[in-house]
Amino acid sequence: MRHLSSRGCFPRALGKFVTSPLRAQRPPCFDRQAREPINAAEDLSLPNGTPVDTSSPASSSSLLNRLQLDDDLDGETRDLFVTVDDPKKHVCTMETYITYRVTTKTTRAEFDLPEYSVRRRYQDFDWLRNKLEESQPTHLIPPLPEKFVVKGVVDRFSEEFVETRRKALDKFLKRIADHPVLSFNEHFNVFLTAKDLNAYKKQGMALLSKMGESVKYVTGGYKLRSRPLEFAAMGEYLDIFALKLGTIDRIAQRIIKEQLEYLVELREYGPVYSTWGGLEVELGEPLEGVSACIGNCCTALEELSEDMTEDFLPVLREYILYSESMKNVLKKRDQVQAEYEAKLEAMALKKEDRPKVPTDVEKCQDRVECFNADLKADMERWQNSKRQDFRQLLMGMADKNIQYYEKCLTAWESIIPLLQDKPETK
Amino acid sequence: MEDCLLKKIEISVSEAEKRTGRNAVNMQETYTAYLIETRAVESQTEGQCSPVDSLWRRYSEFELLRNYLLVTFSHIVVPPLPEKRAEFVWHKLSADNMDPDFVERRRIGLENFLLRVASHPILCQDKIFYSFLTQEGGWKEMVNETGFQLKADSRLKALSATFRVKNPDKRFTELKHYSDELQSVISHLLRVRARVADRLYGVYKVHGNYGRVFSEWSAIEREMGDGLQSAGHHMDVYSSSIDDILEEEEHYADQLKEYLFYAEALRAVCRKHELMQYDLEMAAQDLTSKKQQCEELATGTVKTFSLKGMTSKLFGQETPEQREAKIKVLEEQIHEGEEQLKSKNLEGRDFVKTAWADIERFKEQKNRDLKEALISYAVMQISMCKKGIQVWTNAKECFSKM
Repeated sequence: MRHLSSRGCFPRALGKFVTSPLRAQRPPCFDRQAREPINAAEDLSLPNGTPVDTSSPASSSSLLNRLQLDDDLDGETRDLFVTVDDPKKHVCTMETYITYRVTTKTTRAEFDLPEYSVRRRYQDFDWLRNKLEESQPTHLIPPLPEKFVVKGVVDRFSEEFVETRRKALDKFLKRIADHPVLSFNEHFNVFLTAKDLNAYKKQGMALLSKMGESVKYVTGGYKLRSRPLEFAAMGEYLDIFALKLGTIDRIAQRIIKEQLEYLVELREYGPVYSTWGGLEVELGEPLEGVSACIGNCCTALEELSEDMTEDFLPVLREYILYSESMKNVLKKRDQVQAEYEAKLEAMALKKEDRPKVPTDVEKCQDRVECFNADLKADMERWQNSKRQDFRQLLMGMADKNIQYYEKCLTAWESIIPLLQDKPETK
Repeated sequence: MEDCLLKKIEISVSEAEKRTGRNAVNMQETYTAYLIETRAVESQTEGQCSPVDSLWRRYSEFELLRNYLLVTFSHIVVPPLPEKRAEFVWHKLSADNMDPDFVERRRIGLENFLLRVASHPILCQDKIFYSFLTQEGGWKEMVNETGFQLKADSRLKALSATFRVKNPDKRFTELKHYSDELQSVISHLLRVRARVADRLYGVYKVHGNYGRVFSEWSAIEREMGDGLQSAGHHMDVYSSSIDDILEEEEHYADQLKEYLFYAEALRAVCRKHELMQYDLEMAAQDLTSKKQQCEELATGTVKTFSLKGMTSKLFGQETPEQREAKIKVLEEQIHEGEEQLKSKNLEGRDFVKTAWADIERFKEQKNRDLKEALISYAVMQISMCKKGIQVWTNAKECFSKM
């Protein structure tokens, strides 16, 4: 909050003036929303410009439905299962790319069939994510894996790269499928089911330019007077979170690097014992044993750093990107609030018009309220899954290390009898 | 080993002390002195005035003792001294001679050296060694009086010199070859081990960064906070555990180093044998040539082309008297040579016998020691693995509470 106040270099009085009516007007807004959920949903669909299917109850973002779905998520009533697997390489004259099989199993009425299987490539996922961002601006859209991890350095068609990406894409779709609102998105449905996604993409092109405008028009001009404390805190949290994850990512990479260098030395170390064993008679066997033991430790170490590279790093990266997505949504929220504040200010200047509150301002307020509610719900959901994911991730890291040490332990323990036999030398 | 010195007295190097003094050229120098303590095992020396049971020696005196032993007992694999300068260390360890860790490791090494000599069946009976342990003043003079330096064969020092021995003893040739290979394999091992230690140190220490970042991260988390904070603590523990692990491993490296230097001692025995064989062969050759000369003079025929043959042709024949006198001298020399050869042969046979006995003893000692060293190394690795499992299990428990 501290840095926000420095940004808002408006006179304090004005700031106070703006906040107070906001707070005063909140209760009636909630009242109305509860009474007319459909109305609120329609308002929300406005900035997109896309016709949202209002007949589907879940596609609206009304508080009522959201709450219901939240309950559903906690229970075990999942009805949409999506998996990404079977990557295939396609070599054409123009380009080479990978497609992934996207399999859907569902009992939802929005789907004609209980099961779908389509092939999609990275740019289709990218398209889906853009569409979701456009059509659900108030929601946190899960991140996609980066397009190129490191340009040129990474072989995009290597097995490891494709597998890591497949996992990330799988995670991406699963997160959407589990989301009470996003999973009902029309584009998501099309992505999962359409035989010819490209045809659909072209069809949507015409609408794209319009939507771009509607999202952009608030960008310039307004500065936020007072970001509600909780969102300011959320922003601050995300900044630190991303920073810390970035550090952890660097540490993890450094550890992997150190481990690989350690591995190089160990690989040289083991055979030296073997060479020595070749010179000796009585010590031959023990020395060979030590050499083999170090060899086993090498294998264990290799597995450890492989696991860390394939399982640990990608999750960290996903969450770094996730926090970026979250920050974007926060920014959009600020824009919507700024728009509302501007209108409120304009209204306040013409105090005499007070009695007839313009519907425009009211609509704007609704949008802010809905945005806040959506964002809070998403944040909460995100916090939950983050907690679970990190618990799993870090426990996994501990497990891998335990396994590594256990393998080495077994190796070293197994050579003790080899070293101890032949006691007649004494 | 029935009556080795160790049965009678206990020996230990119990302390090291930094000292400053003036050396031979009156230059200020700093050195380390080591306190040698000896104590009679059985108190049978009651009535007599008991010898000093503790005295100070510095490294250079140990060196003098070893050189004396090396020259005097050339048929013995003389135990080596610990390194003068720290070698094969990984970067974290200081290579400074005055570094307390290094001094401490050298103290252990010097004690080990004394124990090895004291438990050696032949070396332990040496008087100079005994006074090294018991007589503080005048010891150096005593060593020099033995004139061992005169006996020192300068040819032994010339490492590169190879003598063409016609009939080398196969066993010694093989042993020399073995000691060369042993030296190279152990030094390779030590070099790689130092690098392995370096890298391992890196792996552990980088984990320490998790400690900090987890703790910082925990500050902004609610439910996850406590788990992260305490897991961070375990990462700190993990990171610092490597210091003790590697310090302990240094002891293993020292055990290996002793055998690296033993390889040199082994080679010294081989070289000594080679030299003796060379001398023997030279003497034999000399004798044969003298015999040939003698025969030539007696028969008047020159079988081989020689300078003498040329001069005699140029300056005319010798008188029979002259020839007689020459033959006489030669015959005397031949007699002498034969005696010499006989004693050299005897000496050589004796050397081979005693040296080989000591080599056998050394081999047994080596097998036993190295097996023990490998066991303790494996035990070290096992304890490191257990520590690792412990720390990560603790960390996992913290994570599971998140």
